[in-house]
Amino acid sequence: MATVDPHAPRRITPAGRVSRLNWLGGAFGWLWLLVVMVPIYWIVITSFKTQSSYFVTNTFAPPSDPTFDNYKLVIENDFVRYFLNSVVVSVGAVVPAVVISFMAAYAIVRRAGNRWLRFVNTLFLMGLAIPLQAVIIPVYLIIIRLRMYDTLLAIILPSMAFAIPLSVLVLSNFIRDVPRELFESMRMDGATEWGTLWRLAFPLTRPALVTVTIYNALGIWNGFLLPLVLTQSPEQRTMPLALWTFQGQFGINVPAIAASVTLTTIPIVLLYAIGRRQLLSGLTAGFGK
Amino acid sequence: MTVIAPPAARVQQPTTRSGGRGGSIMWMALPALLVFGAFGVIPLIGVLALSFTTWDGIGTIQPSGLASWGAALGDPALPHALLVTFEIMALSWLVQTPLSILIGVFIAARTRYRSVLAVLYFIPLLLSSTAISITYKALLDPNFGIGTGLGLDILNQDWLGEPRLAMGVLVFVVSWQFIPFHSLIYQGAVRQIPSSLYEASQIDGAGRLRQFFSITLPQLKYTIITSSTLMVVGSLTFFDLIYVLTAGGPGDATRALALEMYQTGFMANLMGPASVIAVILVLVGLLLAQLLRRLSGRGDESQLEGM
Repeated sequence: MATVDPHAPRRITPAGRVSRLNWLGGAFGWLWLLVVMVPIYWIVITSFKTQSSYFVTNTFAPPSDPTFDNYKLVIENDFVRYFLNSVVVSVGAVVPAVVISFMAAYAIVRRAGNRWLRFVNTLFLMGLAIPLQAVIIPVYLIIIRLRMYDTLLAIILPSMAFAIPLSVLVLSNFIRDVPRELFESMRMDGATEWGTLWRLAFPLTRPALVTVTIYNALGIWNGFLLPLVLTQSPEQRTMPLALWTFQGQFGINVPAIAASVTLTTIPIVLLYAIGRRQLLSGLTAGFGK
Repeated sequence: MTVIAPPAARVQQPTTRSGGRGGSIMWMALPALLVFGAFGVIPLIGVLALSFTTWDGIGTIQPSGLASWGAALGDPALPHALLVTFEIMALSWLVQTPLSILIGVFIAARTRYRSVLAVLYFIPLLLSSTAISITYKALLDPNFGIGTGLGLDILNQDWLGEPRLAMGVLVFVVSWQFIPFHSLIYQGAVRQIPSSLYEASQIDGAGRLRQFFSITLPQLKYTIITSSTLMVVGSLTFFDLIYVLTAGGPGDATRALALEMYQTGFMANLMGPASVIAVILVLVGLLLAQLLRRLSGRGDESQLEGM
C-alpha cells in the first residue's frame, strides 16, 4: 500500500456530490423495482378478481371482494395433471442427466490424457453452442421413428441431452479441484474407481451438483418448444403448454388466465424463497465458479 | 433459456495416468455420450441432411438436392425474418447492456436494502417465457390494460397491433425477462474488481462518476463481451416469447428466424426449407460468437494497466 498523506482529507470529493449520486442511484433502484414488480403485482391481484369486476374496476386496484373461483376453475381444468406432468418431465430428465454427466465428468478429469475422452469432452463443449431450436426438426423425426411421439419420454430424452454439455463442463471444473492426493489415498486403500466416484468425488462436488440440478430443472420446467412439437394430446401437456392453451380456452376471462399464470409460478417462487443462493449461483453456472 | 457460449478452453492438468486398480473408466462417459449423441449430435447432422430433402413431416423423406435450399433462399420471407432477428438483437442489446451494468453495479454494493432489492429483481428469472408473454399480453390490452388502469391516455395504444409498437413491446419484454440474468453476471464481476483500485483513485481525487467510467467500466470489459455474446446468440433462439406474445405479428412484423423456421416446418409442413432456415440459424450463431470473440481479442495488453 502506498503511504497516505495524513493531512489529506478522507474523502476528497465534496460530500454533497457523493450523496447526490447515491440518491440518484437509489431512485433508479426503486424505479427498476417498480418496473419489475408492476406486472407481478398486477397478475396476482387480477387472479383474485371476478370476471365482471375486472372490466369495471381499475386494473391496478386490489379486488374489493377477493375470490378463489378463478383458481377453482383452473384446477378443475386438469391443472393437477399438467403440474404432475411437469414434475415427471423435470425430475425424469434432470436426475439421470446430472448422474450421467457426473460420471462422464469424472472420467474426463481422471483420464485427462486419454485421447478418446478428450474427444468426448470437445464434443460436449461444442454442444454448448447448439441451440435446441435449430435441431428441433430432426429431434421430431427421431422421436417419431422411435414411436415415442406424444409421450412424456419424448420430452424427457431431448431435455436430458441438452442438459448434458453444461453439466459436464461445470462438474468437471469442480472435480478437477479435488486434491489429487485424495484420489491417490483412495486408490491405496483399494477402492475402485466406481467407489471413488461415489464416496469421494460425489460428496466433495455436492454444491456443484445442486447448482447444476437447479439450473437444468428450471430450464426444463419452463420449457415450451419440446412439449409443443413432440406432444399432441391434452394428457401429455406440461405447464407452459397448458398455460398457452388456457389462454386460448379462457379467452377474455383475464382473471382465470391470471390465476393459471400465478399457479404455475408458485412452485418456483417457493423454491426461490427456500434455496435462493443455490438458485442464483446455478443461473450463472458455467461462468467460472 | 439462454444459450451458453463455449467458454475458453481450460488448461488441462495432466492427471496420474496410473492404470492400477479400477482399470479403464472410459465406460463412465458412455451413457452421457450416447444420450447426447442421439439427441444432440445426430440431430445436428440430421438438420443438414434434411435440408437437402423434401419432407412434409408425415410421409416419406425424398432426397431432392438443392430444391429446398432454392425454395428457402428464394422466399422473400427469409431476408425479412433475418432483418427482424437482427433488429430484435440490436435493440434488445442496446436496452439491456447499459441497464444491466447499472443494476449490476447498484446491487454489487453490500448494503442491506440493496440486497433486498436484488432478491426481488431476480424474480423474472424464474418465470417461463410463456407466463411472461401471457401476462404482458393481458396487461397491454388496449381497452382494459395498463392505460385505463393508470388513467393515462398515452398508454392506451394498440400495443401489439402496430408493427413499430409491437417491436418495441417485444424488446421491452425481452429486456424485462433477461436483464436480471445479466445484472447477476455484472454483480459478480463488479464484486471482483480489486478495491485497491478505488482507494487509489479516491486518493487521486476521482469522484464516483469518474470512478465508474475509468475503473468499473474498463474492468468489466470481458464481462461485457461475455454478456453480449449471450445476449446476441440467445436472441437468435427467441421462440416461446414471440410465439405467445405476438405470434410473429402484426402481419410478419416480429416474425424472427426461429419462428419462421417453426411456421415453415410445422405449420406449412415444409420440413426441407425449414431445415435450411435451421442451418442458417446455427451458422449465424457461430459467426456472431466468433466475431465477438475476435473483438475481445484486441487490446488485451491494456487490460491490467494501472494495477
